[in-house]
Formats: sequence, C-alpha cells, structure tokens
Amino acid sequence: MHTAVNLWPLLGIAVVAAGFLLRANPVLVVIAACAVTGLAAALPPTHILESLGSAFLKTRNLPLILLLPLAAIGLLERAGLKEHAQASIARVRSATAGRLLTVYLLVRELAAAFGLTSLGGHPNMVRPLVAPMAEAAADAAAAKAGGALGEPLRQRIRAMSAATDNVGLFFGEDVFVAFGAIVLMQTILRAEGLEVDPLHMALWGIPTAVSAFVIHAWNLRRLDRRILREAMAAQPRAGHGMQARP
Amino acid sequence: MISIDLFYLLVGLLFAATAILNLRDRANPRRYTTALFWGLYAMLYLLGERLAPLAAGVLMVAMALVAGFGLVRPGRAPLPGETARRASAARLGHKLLIPALAIPVVTMIGSTLLKDVRVDLGGFAGPLLDPKNLTLVSMGCGAMAALALACRVTRATPLQGVREARRLIDAMGWAVVLPHMLAVLGLLFAEAGVGKAVAHVTTAYIGLDSRLLACAVFCIGMALFTIVMGNGFAAFPVIAGGIGIPVLVGVYHANPAVMAAIGMFSAYCGTLLTPMAANFNIVPAALLELPDKNAVIKAQLPTALPVLAVNIALLYFLMYQ
Repeated sequence: MHTAVNLWPLLGIAVVAAGFLLRANPVLVVIAACAVTGLAAALPPTHILESLGSAFLKTRNLPLILLLPLAAIGLLERAGLKEHAQASIARVRSATAGRLLTVYLLVRELAAAFGLTSLGGHPNMVRPLVAPMAEAAADAAAAKAGGALGEPLRQRIRAMSAATDNVGLFFGEDVFVAFGAIVLMQTILRAEGLEVDPLHMALWGIPTAVSAFVIHAWNLRRLDRRILREAMAAQPRAGHGMQARP
Repeated sequence: MISIDLFYLLVGLLFAATAILNLRDRANPRRYTTALFWGLYAMLYLLGERLAPLAAGVLMVAMALVAGFGLVRPGRAPLPGETARRASAARLGHKLLIPALAIPVVTMIGSTLLKDVRVDLGGFAGPLLDPKNLTLVSMGCGAMAALALACRVTRATPLQGVREARRLIDAMGWAVVLPHMLAVLGLLFAEAGVGKAVAHVTTAYIGLDSRLLACAVFCIGMALFTIVMGNGFAAFPVIAGGIGIPVLVGVYHANPAVMAAIGMFSAYCGTLLTPMAANFNIVPAALLELPDKNAVIKAQLPTALPVLAVNIALLYFLMYQ
C-alpha cells in the first residue's frame, strides 16, 4: 500500500510548541494551531470553522465534570470546608518529611480517585500547608541528627511537595469513572467505532495507579535518607555532642 | 429519562448567570467583554445542536479571541473572612464532608446499581438514566444531590450556590475553556490526518512487527507528544488514532479499554516532564518561590520515567485481558 501521506498537518504541532515557548496566551495558540492545521490539510476556511464548531458541540460533555459540582463545592468552601480539611490533615503528625508527603500522596490519590479532585492543589494546599509542614518535619529530623538543612535541600523538599500533589492527582483521577479523561477517551474511541465501557477503562487504570504510588513513595523515602545524610554531613565533628565544644 | 441535555441546559443557565452577574459588576473594568465571553459560552450550551456547525465555529473563535486578548477578568465576589470560615468549620465539622462525598457516591450508585432501571410513566417508558452517557448523567445527579445537601448543612439557598459557582468560574476564568479547546484541537488533528502523519513517520522509521516494540512506541509516543503539547488530552486522539487503534487493536487485537487507560497514564508521565503543562509544573515553582523554574519537573523525573516503563510492561502483559 503506497498511498501518499500528507505530512504538512504536523505544522500544527510546531505552532503549539512555538506558542508555548513564546508564552503566548494558550487559547490563542490553540486557535492558531487549528487554523494552521486546517490550512495545511488543504481544508477550505468555512470547512475548518464547521469542523471546529461541530467538534466543540460534540465535546460539550467535557466541562460538565468540572462545572456541575461548583455550586455545592462553593457553598461548602464558604462554610469552611478547606479549613476543616486542613485542620484534619494537620492532625496527622509524622516525624519525617517523606512520611508526611507519603500520607498526603495517599490521601490525594484516593480523594482524586473518588472524584474529589479539588481537595488539594498548589495554591490552596501545597503552599500554605503541605510544603511548610514537610519543611518543618525535615528541620526537626535534621536537628535531631545534630545538623541543619542546607538551602538546596530545602528547595528540593518544596519541589517534592508540589510533585507529590501532581502525582497523586494525575494517577488517582483516572480511576474515577466520571473524570474528564475517561469521558474524553470514550468520545474519541466512539468516533473511531469502538464502544468501550468507562468502568473498564477506570478499572484498567488501577495497576498503574498503584505502581505510581509505590514508585513515588520510594522516592520520598530516598528524600528522607538524603535529609538525614546531609544533616549528618553538615556537622561531622558534632559526632556524639561533647567533643565538638571549643 | 434523565438525559445529558438536561445538564447542558443547567450549565448553559449557569454560564448565563455568570455573564449577567459579571455585567452588573461595576467594579470590573472589563465587565462588558467578560460578560460577552460567558454569554457566548452560554449560547453554545443553551442552543447546542440547534446551532449550525458554522455558527458554532464562529462563536468558538470569537470566544477564543476575547479570552486570548486578555479581555476576560474575574469580578468581585466576596467570601467571608478566614476567622469566620474557621468558626464555621469548627461548628459544622465532618458534616461538611457529607455533601462533598455525595457526588462520588451517587455517581457510583447511578452507574452500577441503577444502570438497568427502567421507568414506565404514562406517555414515557424507557431507561431512567441516559444509557449512552450513564456516568456523566449519574454524576450530574450526584452534583444536584450535593447541592441540596450543602444547602441543608449550611442553611443557604440554591441561588447562593449559583453565586458561589460564579465565584469559582470567575476565579478559573478563561482557563475553564482550555481543556475543551484542546479537545477540539485534538479532533481537528484527527480530521486533518495528524495521527496518520505521526503514524507514518513512526512506522517509516521503526518496524512495529514486535508486540513489545509496538507497546513501547505507543506509550513513549503518548509521553513525547504530551511533552510537546503540554496536555494529555491533545495527545490521546493523535497517538490512539495513529498507533493505538490501527496497530495495537487492529493488528494485535488488544483490549481497547486497556489500551486507552494505560495510554492516558503514559500521557500523564509526559505531563510530569514538560514546562508546557504550566499549571502543574511552572506555576507551583513560582508559588513556592523556587529559583529554579524546572525544580518541580526535576523532582518528578524519578517518578515519571519508571512509571512509563511500568506502563509499557503492564500494557504488554495485560492487553489481552
């Protein structure tokens, strides 16, 4: 079979990459990529607009998951849901940064798997709560070992806090049947003539979700060991306390 | 039958309310264009398929231009102070979690137990829940149940709920529409043959006659394409259409559910590695005052790469399940 394949539509990908590198507004980048891709595939402009319109109408189901719970979540937020969640999580006392982040990873992944994807996030959980708690736990551990945290390690702990939120969210949310990605996959496969049960897709996400938890928890354990090692190295002469005194 | 059209209507009304509340918000210097943006989105939901595709396309491009030139701004939506919220949290305690948990619980019940329930009411007989969009419709019912419970627990009116929804929609701003637009781009890519071009380039340079190699190319392709596009939603249609469906399902008879689930998770490994996914990787670095913009990506690297490798193995061993 030697049918010629038109490679010009790949330009659309180049537009997206360039747009993000130039930090243009993402919505404009997407529209520009649509135009370039359509023209590169030699579609007439009215046909491009028609394709965009029918694709937009066809994917109207995507934002529902995000939008429908907002009224209830907004009311609960007003009544202090976030403050309550923060107070509950703050009660989970743990000695090390890695263990604390592992608990957060578990809570975040399970909550996302049950569709509560907004029970977390960088501005409302990681910055005010998770990262400071992890840093404080690491400080305590370092002090116990007779050392102190260096600035690079401090930054590493904060970056790991943000990473933990991402990993928990990403690999939890696809296990919930109504999440956007599952609906998107169903829509795409249906357009290709494959009818797939969303429950099955959610089910087959579980092995990866478990693996991601184990792998990230392992990395958090490595973080703990690094904290301990660097704390020891920071004051090698402190050894057993007394000798270091001048 | 409770169909998805009911929820399109509700979302359309919610956007219309957002438009009206923004129009009346004199504190917002961009209130006219902000209201226009939400009004256009409301029209697309309220009119739906009654719109000609060309008209819908024009409305969508208009929305994108209004948003793209920075004309959508959040209005003023007051929230009680932190002390008041803490006091309320202490008073209501775990009761606050009940409405939030109602959403997943009702969704699960709807999509499993009520799956085959039929109703027979006078002029209408048929399934209770739209079988084609079962989970979404169940979730919509869950959201309505949650709203009712939230009103009960907090003693607020549903109208206050609409105001709160507008506050959250405003806070997200035009970003609400971005996943939707990326999905449109993905579908256009499929129509323009980007998937075919990618598949052509891949198969021209890599022979896919080994099953393990096909699994690896599919998973790595998902991750790489997501790194370029910054979003798994845009990568999925292209790579699933280019390699997943024709090669894995077509040649190797893989179970499409396994292919899709593991494919999307491979795409997420790419999301962990790209500065294009700004919301997840670059914004947090700024929020946490890290001098290295890529610090979060570096922290995610030792998780993303092993998970991608595990995905290839899982796909290889589970694809016939």
